[in-house]
Amino acid sequence: MRANLIRAMAILTLLLAVSTAVALVVGSQKIDFAILLSDPFSRTLFFRLRLPRVLMGLTIGASLAVTGASLQALFRNPLADPYTLGISGGGALGASVAIALGWGARVAGVPFVFLASFLGAMLAASLVRAIARTGAVVLPGALLLSGVVVNLVSLAAVLTIQYVADPNSSLQILRWMVGSLDVIGIAPVGYMLVLLVPAWIALLALSRQLNLMAIDEDTAATLGVNVRRCETVVHTLCSLIVGVTVAMGGSIGFVGLIVPHAARLMFGEDLRVVLPGSLLLGAAFLVLADALGRSALPTGELPVGAITGLLGGPAFLWLLRRRRQYAAM
Amino acid sequence: MPLMEARHLDFAYPGGALAIRDVSVSVEPASLTAVIGSNGSGKSTLIRLLAGLLRPTGGEILLDGKALDAWQPRMRAREIAYMPQATMTVFPFRAIDVVLSGRTPHAPRFGFESDRDQAIAMEALKAAGAAHLAERSVTALSGGEKQMVILARALAQEPRVLLLDEPAAALDLKHRAEMMRTLARLRDTRGLSVVMITHDLQLTGSLFDRILALRCGELAAQGAPEEILQSELLAGIYDDPKVRTARLGDQTMVWIDK
Repeated sequence: MRANLIRAMAILTLLLAVSTAVALVVGSQKIDFAILLSDPFSRTLFFRLRLPRVLMGLTIGASLAVTGASLQALFRNPLADPYTLGISGGGALGASVAIALGWGARVAGVPFVFLASFLGAMLAASLVRAIARTGAVVLPGALLLSGVVVNLVSLAAVLTIQYVADPNSSLQILRWMVGSLDVIGIAPVGYMLVLLVPAWIALLALSRQLNLMAIDEDTAATLGVNVRRCETVVHTLCSLIVGVTVAMGGSIGFVGLIVPHAARLMFGEDLRVVLPGSLLLGAAFLVLADALGRSALPTGELPVGAITGLLGGPAFLWLLRRRRQYAAM
Repeated sequence: MPLMEARHLDFAYPGGALAIRDVSVSVEPASLTAVIGSNGSGKSTLIRLLAGLLRPTGGEILLDGKALDAWQPRMRAREIAYMPQATMTVFPFRAIDVVLSGRTPHAPRFGFESDRDQAIAMEALKAAGAAHLAERSVTALSGGEKQMVILARALAQEPRVLLLDEPAAALDLKHRAEMMRTLARLRDTRGLSVVMITHDLQLTGSLFDRILALRCGELAAQGAPEEILQSELLAGIYDDPKVRTARLGDQTMVWIDK
């Protein structure tokens, strides 16, 4: 078991290093690394735009994948992810409202749009949870259904806002919806990491309990897991992580759904391997997808959310056919 | 002192009537106890109460003389193992991984199971007659095979009390007999106590030390098999006057007349 973890970490670290290197080199503007430090233009391009963007990709990719893996285990449902639990939709709605109303204000240095998005994500997450709860029990099936519905309603609301908003805001909202890793300077990534790293560590620390939950809830309870507390803690941590990532990168789909499945396919079902594995694989996947988006068109670029959707959707369908037992869910 | 003791247990599901009413039972060390009764008589509820999965609305449950609630979950998990009626695992865990999860209360909080845990898990699979299934994924197993793996998981936990909710329901005749032999052997060698729900009264005749009979959430009768397996008593428990019993060697046959 331990050997499996070490093997997985070695392979994925290598993959991550290669992906990061590729993502740093690829782009619409060629950077000559020989003159990187002497040429001011190259330096600005690399340190103000390219590097922050890649770091942002790593951070968001890791976050979405590790939350997807946690939520799937927690609710014993291979379809659970930030989207199907309504968290992403809530975030997008929060951001859209703020953009449409033209609230450019900053609160303690943080743009209000980010705050609105974060609040939207947290609100949607707790709404979904409240609907799916009967007494002390959260019903996984009801959770997924209400999550999908909350997501759809949020997206309908976003479309409505887009329709009535002025064209400029409307375009901004569209960019948000599709998801993008555009960022200037390294500071925003730093702020994100301050929130995200502790949350990642907390999730990883719960991986044994999540492993038991993934097998069977009652069994987990009789093996010493406090099921209710585990559920509350993991769901809250995931909502927090997704809230932050949606606020910064918009709603980037399919990473949280597809990456954990890929990790399980490669390294088996044990969550103690799947969780850290998803973290690394998600980071690698998203920076590669973004690198592709930045180099696919002769001029300009494709948003990363479009790439992940176009890659992840078919990949998921292929997986669904391979693993027929998921069809029964 | 009994290993486990339930005193005047009451339990009602939220918004429902009492599913368990004033039930007092005790589990002796090194004993096999069968729980019988018709569908909906509260058998599973009683087992889940004993497992600590449900909290009684009245009365108390003691383990080693100490209230079940007062035990640390991890410590309690070393004493009591529970096997549910059905385990709905959607992810294709390998059987050996599921069995290994039974070692959780004994393994360090962080990190992986040791070689010794691996060996115990394999031993448990063997004892449950499922060693050949170790590498198979549980989602690909038949109902009976899955039950054998889940039983192995409970055995790997090395508890003193094993609570089994219809473990034999999907097992064929041979595996049923094998399971009972294994449980009897663990009772004799390790002092294991088993409380097991069963609808197979043939099984209870010569193998169990004690039978608890539930009817509408109340304890209708308890005692040695030869005391409980009587036509009139069973007729009352199952609400059917045509229940018949007969001795055949050291076995008791139970059937219902046409």
